[in-house]
Amino acid sequence: MMTVAPAPVLLNGDAEAQPRRHPLTESALPPKRTRKRLAKYLGLTPFALYVLVFLAIPTLLAVSTGFFTSAGAFTMANIVGIFDPAVLNTFFSSFWVSAVTAVIGAVVGALVCYALLGTKAEGALRSTIDSASSVLAQFGGVMLAFAFIATIGIQGVVTLFLKNTLGIDIFANGVWIYQVPGLLLPYIYFQVPLMIITFMPALEGLKPQWAEANATLGGTRFSYWTRVAAPVLAPSFFGSLLLLFANAFSSYATAAALISQGSQIVPLQIRTALISETVLGRENMAGALALGMIIVMIIVMTGYSALQSRTARWQK
Amino acid sequence: MSRSVATRIGAEPGKATRSVILIIVGLVFIIPILAMLQFTFRAGLSGGYTFAHWTALFDPAQASNYSILVVGIGNSLILAVVTVGIVLVVLLPTMILVHLQFPRLRRVLEIVCIVPITVPAIVLVVGLAPVYSVVVSIFGGDTWTLAFAYGITVLPYAYRAIQSNLGAIDMITLSEAGRSLGASWLRVLWHVILPNLRRGIIAASFIAVAVVLGEFTIASLLNRINIQTALLQLAQTDGYVAVIFALLSLIVVFVILLLIGRMGRNRGNRSTS
Repeated sequence: MMTVAPAPVLLNGDAEAQPRRHPLTESALPPKRTRKRLAKYLGLTPFALYVLVFLAIPTLLAVSTGFFTSAGAFTMANIVGIFDPAVLNTFFSSFWVSAVTAVIGAVVGALVCYALLGTKAEGALRSTIDSASSVLAQFGGVMLAFAFIATIGIQGVVTLFLKNTLGIDIFANGVWIYQVPGLLLPYIYFQVPLMIITFMPALEGLKPQWAEANATLGGTRFSYWTRVAAPVLAPSFFGSLLLLFANAFSSYATAAALISQGSQIVPLQIRTALISETVLGRENMAGALALGMIIVMIIVMTGYSALQSRTARWQK
Repeated sequence: MSRSVATRIGAEPGKATRSVILIIVGLVFIIPILAMLQFTFRAGLSGGYTFAHWTALFDPAQASNYSILVVGIGNSLILAVVTVGIVLVVLLPTMILVHLQFPRLRRVLEIVCIVPITVPAIVLVVGLAPVYSVVVSIFGGDTWTLAFAYGITVLPYAYRAIQSNLGAIDMITLSEAGRSLGASWLRVLWHVILPNLRRGIIAASFIAVAVVLGEFTIASLLNRINIQTALLQLAQTDGYVAVIFALLSLIVVFVILLLIGRMGRNRGNRSTS
């Protein structure tokens, strides 16, 4: 009963006043009508208030604090601070890590999706890959950092194997695992599963009739994939690519667990700003960084939804 | 039969191609997991293997070392329950109400629920810090209050799970039928609407649990202990135990998701709406 508390109580009160009334027709009597409408709108208030307090206000606070000093005076110093070479550098690092892992993740993920075409959606293979993908894409975070320290850390299994059997020292030019390049492999490790989750429905949307039509008209396998499948899949593929980029760009847990000191990418720079209060001698720098991140995210996600609506055309 | 046709005309990969791709990617992806497993048996930097790290888990004398993890797991479970509660008490009734009474608000609700994807947790936490100084003064500083923020993070996933169920059944006709047979609104809700939404509600609850158990950013930066922040702290004192628990939790969540996937295959795969 707990679960249905807010809305039904209001609706029920309404129902008692008009026991036999059709649920969707408006009352004929004006005063009742206003009361009824009011009651209906009241049902929306818990959600509206909740979203206001925990989504709208925090977001506005996050992007606006950058314009103020901690004393509350207006300042542009933090916004100017974004263009400080050191800060711009972290945006650049974030950008290329996200771009590289998104592209590799999208290509490898799409290949796996292709390999899965024609397997039964309810089959053991698919459900195993689906579950593994969800775990790695959504739950990994801190644990992926552990996994990669155990794999390519200084004492990692692969590191030692390469060193002892093949004589290759992957850290010959310095230990990069706790630096920005060290993020690449763990990020790819959660990007590929995310690509599988988001791109598989699009690939399954390819109708067998198209391949049949292509074959009937004398087309080859190559012409089917380049002339038919590729144009149909392109919006979805690039949409997923953007989603992967956004995913890597906003990811924090893996980086924070792997890189305990420093602020090599934007989320880590925000961590430093939040913990130390001042970065580069500026207060409320976290707000300015948050604003910068949100602008990038809005651009990427707008592109994503535009591509997504083009995808919808082929999926019925 | 149709499979071989599909393969011949190029719509699907051949068996060999499929196997090669899946085996190569599968092998690459299993390496870090096996590396974690191997790590838990290491005797130390010198080499050699031992079961000591696993048996230590059951050693009462060492239990105090893991107390932070026990606290973290407990907090995460409470957070999961409260977050699911928020989804069921705040989001679900609103979605039903909007679906039945405010068709024109459906698009607005969808946009509101998708917004948290665009606002990364690391950005949200910047604004949450001042909000939580108010929350703490009202509800106290207990960890469960984080669930208010987690309710927002799970919003896109929970919305999609419930919406795919809501869109698939003719809720308006069902509720009209119930009402015209003389049932009260509460009765229609409890005996007609909610049973029909069971799959969506279960899917939304499980995705909420998975997201809450995996959440690190907000808990870490608001200085709360949950399973993820506890694991990271534990890693600084006892790396082996941290890796054991990380491995176990990855496996447990994988198995749970596998079971759910097997039970009801209605996961919100259709990303377009």
